[in-house]
Amino acid sequence: MTEPVLQTRGLWCAFGALQASKDITLDLRAGEIHALIGPNGAGKSTLIKQIAGSLRPDAGQVLLAGEDVTALSTAARARRGLGRTFQISELAMDDTVLQNALLGALGAQGRPFRFWQSALGRDDLRSKAELALARVGLADKARMRTSELSHGQRRQLEVAVALTLHPKAFVMDEPMAGLGTTGSKTMTSFLDGLRAQAPILLVEHDMDAVFALADRISVLVYGEIIATGSVAEIRSDKAVRAAYLGEEA
Amino acid sequence: MMSERVLNGVVMAGLILFPLWAWMADAPFMITLATKAAILALAGVGLNLALGIGGLVSLGHAAFFGIGGYAMGILASHAQAYDPIFTQPFVFEGTKSMPLIWLTAMIASGLAALAIGALSLRTSGVYFIMITLAFGQMHYFFSISWPAYGGEDGLSIYVRNSFPGLNTLDPIQFYAVVLGLLAIVLYCNARLAKSPFGLALGAARQSPLRVETVGISPYRLQLVAFTLSGMITGLAGALFADLNRFVSPVMFSWQTSGEIMVFIIIGGVARLFGPVVGAILFIVLEHVLGGLSDYWHIYLGALLLLIVLFARGGVIGTLTGREAAHD
Repeated sequence: MTEPVLQTRGLWCAFGALQASKDITLDLRAGEIHALIGPNGAGKSTLIKQIAGSLRPDAGQVLLAGEDVTALSTAARARRGLGRTFQISELAMDDTVLQNALLGALGAQGRPFRFWQSALGRDDLRSKAELALARVGLADKARMRTSELSHGQRRQLEVAVALTLHPKAFVMDEPMAGLGTTGSKTMTSFLDGLRAQAPILLVEHDMDAVFALADRISVLVYGEIIATGSVAEIRSDKAVRAAYLGEEA
Repeated sequence: MMSERVLNGVVMAGLILFPLWAWMADAPFMITLATKAAILALAGVGLNLALGIGGLVSLGHAAFFGIGGYAMGILASHAQAYDPIFTQPFVFEGTKSMPLIWLTAMIASGLAALAIGALSLRTSGVYFIMITLAFGQMHYFFSISWPAYGGEDGLSIYVRNSFPGLNTLDPIQFYAVVLGLLAIVLYCNARLAKSPFGLALGAARQSPLRVETVGISPYRLQLVAFTLSGMITGLAGALFADLNRFVSPVMFSWQTSGEIMVFIIIGGVARLFGPVVGAILFIVLEHVLGGLSDYWHIYLGALLLLIVLFARGGVIGTLTGREAAHD
């Protein structure tokens, strides 16, 4: 088997007496969508933060393409190929849609200390940014101010910015949140196609989307992964039904 | 409503025409007022780079203004006394040459900004404001307690420093030098605002997490912006000291930091010409209202209150009909 693109090994993280991550080991393989589900407060966001670099684990490792990135900053991990989207959109709201995508292209290229040239005049960055916008269907909104976008369009822009990075792996925190039925369907089919480019670690509450997309699912409850498996395995897992799906079924 | 570009052109034309009129009408005091406005505008343009684009609310820019002023004072006082500043390990002479003084002022204030920024930028929000204020006050009290350069009394320079080919004692010629520098710095700032660096710095103001997530460190962007900002304000400090032929600890006081910030708020935060319009208005108000009452700051305070409450885009935002500076 080939090496996983993204891996965690025995991550532990506590806030005071609360153990938010207990010995979490999971991997993301090339070409797959690996969904991470769990009830509120299970520690999903804590885990994502440790993977992305904004939170240091107390113990354990994070590996990206085989390299130990546990000690690296968020920015350094991004440069090594980790593309992240947020549950609540993190965008430069006063800037245009195109400028946000340009920022991604600029980060990917890695030389932001250019004081004299025009950012919009940089054809190499601009074509990358426009391509990413076109892929998520925002090409005609490029000149709009980001704060004028609808909620769903902001989610699309988040994905577009991640695309400009050409990441090795995507980490997406609830990309469907607040999208509505139609929006969710559009995003689901988009993510479906995206896995061929880079695998996705998907944190999501929308079970329809998870069951439609996931190659594998990991279930996190009280900071522990209680099961990992295919959609069918997770659906029939007794512990999962008791702890989680049972509440909804 | 007019476009911001037209308004900027009008302001620039005013900066050229008003002193020309004063020159022809033989009113040197008016030229001196215009010079003061242009120098303070330059100090504001420096702060606006950090505050406007970068969102770094520094209440310590008097440190850089004062360092620029003292760079001029120290170099010129040694030159007029024919006494080198130090002789070991090499001889370092004073100078009366403006370009050399500007260079020294910018290097000194840039290094100070690098050090202050490196420490202060580890904090944000109100802590950043407080720590920059504290650094400014440290410089203030240091200058008071340093007797070698006048201490509390400050330093006087007998003759204004020289610029090759010009007679800087002639007010209109000195004004031309100041306006030239202001124009150059404004042009550089306009380029910077639209550059990749400006784009990333602006994004770091709005969402540091976004910038990190695309692989750029917001801290480095902000540190570079803070350093450039300090250098520009330091240059303005050197010119201000040259205008008055005097430098004193007042340049380091926190009121100076506050005034520089007031220019920006009056004119419009993050507007290219915001600090220029603000500094001009400040000088006009000081001149007109100051003639009526010693307590003219009350009216300035009222104006500031009105702008903050009802015209967040400052004078430029109100005149151009666009509240937000960023497009």
